[in-house]
Amino acid sequence: MKSIQELQAIKEKMQKMINTRETTDDSDIRIVVGMATCGIAAGARPVLNKLSDEVLSRGLHHVKVIQTGCIGMCRYEPIVEVFVPGQEKVTYIHMTPEKAVRVINDHIVNGNVVQEYTVNKE
Amino acid sequence: MYRAHILVCGGTGCSSSNSKEIFAKFESELKAAGLDKEVKTIMTGCFGLCALGPVVVVYPEGAFYSQVKVEDVPEIVSEHLLKGRIVTRLLYKETVAETGIRSLSETNFYKKQHRVALKLCGVINPENIDEYIAYDGYQALAKVLTEMTPQEVIDVISKSGLRGRGGAGFPTGRKWQFARNSVSDKKYVCCNADEGDPGAFMDRSVLEGDPHAVIEAMAIAAYAIGSDQGYVYIRAEYPIAVQRLQIAIKQAREYGLLGKNIFGTDFNFDLDIRLGAGAFVCGEETALMTSIEGKRGEPRVRPPFPAVKGLFGQPTILNNVETYANVAQIILNGPEWFASMGTEKSKGTKVFALGGKITNTGLVEIPMGTTLREIVEDIGGGIPNGKKFKAAQTGGPSGGCIPASLIDTPIDYDNLLAIGSMMGSGGLIVMDEDTCMVDIAKFFLEFTVEESCGKCTPCRIGNKRLLEMLEKVTSGRATMEDLDKMEKLCHYIKENSLCGLGQTAPNPVLSTLRYFREEYEAHVRDKRCPAGVCKKLITYSIDPTKCIGCSKCARNCPVEAIHGEIKKPYTIDTSKCIKCGACIDQCRFKAISKK
Ligand SMILES: Cc1cc2nc3c(=O)[nH]c(=O)nc-3n(C[C@H](O)[C@H](O)[C@H](O)COP(=O)(O)O)c2cc1C
Ligand code: SF4
Repeated sequence: MKSIQELQAIKEKMQKMINTRETTDDSDIRIVVGMATCGIAAGARPVLNKLSDEVLSRGLHHVKVIQTGCIGMCRYEPIVEVFVPGQEKVTYIHMTPEKAVRVINDHIVNGNVVQEYTVNKE
Repeated sequence: MYRAHILVCGGTGCSSSNSKEIFAKFESELKAAGLDKEVKTIMTGCFGLCALGPVVVVYPEGAFYSQVKVEDVPEIVSEHLLKGRIVTRLLYKETVAETGIRSLSETNFYKKQHRVALKLCGVINPENIDEYIAYDGYQALAKVLTEMTPQEVIDVISKSGLRGRGGAGFPTGRKWQFARNSVSDKKYVCCNADEGDPGAFMDRSVLEGDPHAVIEAMAIAAYAIGSDQGYVYIRAEYPIAVQRLQIAIKQAREYGLLGKNIFGTDFNFDLDIRLGAGAFVCGEETALMTSIEGKRGEPRVRPPFPAVKGLFGQPTILNNVETYANVAQIILNGPEWFASMGTEKSKGTKVFALGGKITNTGLVEIPMGTTLREIVEDIGGGIPNGKKFKAAQTGGPSGGCIPASLIDTPIDYDNLLAIGSMMGSGGLIVMDEDTCMVDIAKFFLEFTVEESCGKCTPCRIGNKRLLEMLEKVTSGRATMEDLDKMEKLCHYIKENSLCGLGQTAPNPVLSTLRYFREEYEAHVRDKRCPAGVCKKLITYSIDPTKCIGCSKCARNCPVEAIHGEIKKPYTIDTSKCIKCGACIDQCRFKAISKK
């Protein structure tokens, strides 16, 4: 280690990974993916992985991607729910990895709900 | 990138209850389920709740699974990691909430704790230096080498109020100053990881869970005093800690965080491990250094103090593992941050190994000034089986017992000394009403008699005589004068022994005599052991009005001392009885008593 920059570079590389290991607190945004049999069959796993990759690679420390069981609207799977503290829950349906990227980009980062993917549009 | 992390405790406690197999099972199950690219498995250091081990924590949910068995692994993988359904039946009960899971930091065990020395234990993989770096690892060393003078480092440590965690509580900054002031072209930095107190495992856990914290701090200390070589003295009985430390030193060398020209400065520092054979006296600083030199570990007279003439005759500092574990954080967060925790003269936190008659055995770190009651009742979860708290022992064989009447004492160096105990390295053994205090004193004295190096007479012979007198008490042969004689002998040994071992060995006897004299007197005057422990003073008998003659006791007595006829009261032949207690445990009618 010849310089502090080298140390800093390792730290930044690792930071994204460590983020997963922080406990959730009340001010975090939670993205919940339905991963019951119905969700998995409809393709929830690639969605989950995409969401978590995006969150980690963008270093979004206050966002947690969590999985849950059956959300109860199996015909709409894969379902993703977004909980922003102080706001109403937003439910996205028929999700795909491509849609997931847009949700992160528009909704999580820029605060604009992607209306066309939500359950209300059905 | 991984969406979830599985942390499996790899501390000594959990390792001995199969956590290695659990870890391997997770890896194979994840692979079979095709999840090995999505979910990462990590072996960590101790989480603290050893009583509930093996412990497995799954993030991002932070699900805390306790007492996990190898057979439970497939269920966690298929339910939790694949389908997102947390396996509630395996969750630590206190973390189960109606709305899912409650954060670990809200449970009684963790709520009152404050983790500084243990900050990364159970959080990082101790065998991966990158994870340590991710949590600000080696930032303090970088700061010290590039922005601070050695004197400034010492001033920060002094100002923080950090005192040695190895026993006596000597101010760390002052110790470093002495060594800095000694002029020599060779100086040494040593770490005391001997941890010889029975029941103590704080230092082991720090080294197992976060070895780089100690390495970084030793490098900082070396810079402060002007040294380029360090030694960690650790007992060979700690194989996991030794192995993790070896890996950590190797990785630090590969990164150039140990070696020459660290961070491009002209500071050089390297570190080696020296294994001890597990003699308690080798934890004493002069004996430890003699042992590192390759000689028989015997203490020598001080002065000269090690800061002037220590290892290989050169100025040396020796600090405890936990002392070092605080250093980097003090540098990064500032001395005021550290000094804001604790009491007036004892700053920061202290790690205790909670053991004995307590529900949550394990490792706890509390701010100085927390009361014994909070430790025992809140964090420790109280005494099992509805028994009453009788006393707590701190300071191991050098310390003393704190009686129930002093349970509200805030724990810090000075308060403990004032009530006749001491902080010691942090063993905290809880005793309930079934404990005989004379027997406890005898237990610790047997330990010190065994461990005395024999170099000086007051300790070698004095403690042996003291032990014989205690044996007289527990067998009912002592007189009241013997008690006074014992007390005198205690003071004589304390005042005349060469090293700390002899000087503190009588403390367990003195403190029990002070707070539990009536228990000693019961042994002497009434030939009775009130707690029913001292075998020579108790007899077993069967209450004929309660015995229904089921014969269960007779069948379980290993020496056939119980006789009788079915459906008639049985009797115990006291000349044959070996007082093992097997019959009491078997009797469903509470007909057998010991007095
Ligand atoms: C008999 C005896 C055993 C000791 N055992 C230990 C030990 O296991 N670990 C330890 O850190 N200090 C132990 N000490 C205290 C050390 O001598 C020394 O004071 C301490 O390591 C200094 O570090 P500190 O200032 O960071 O506490 C022992 C002292 C005596 C007299
Ligand atoms: S006090 Fe005991 S352990 Fe210490 S030097 Fe004397 S005999 Fe050895």
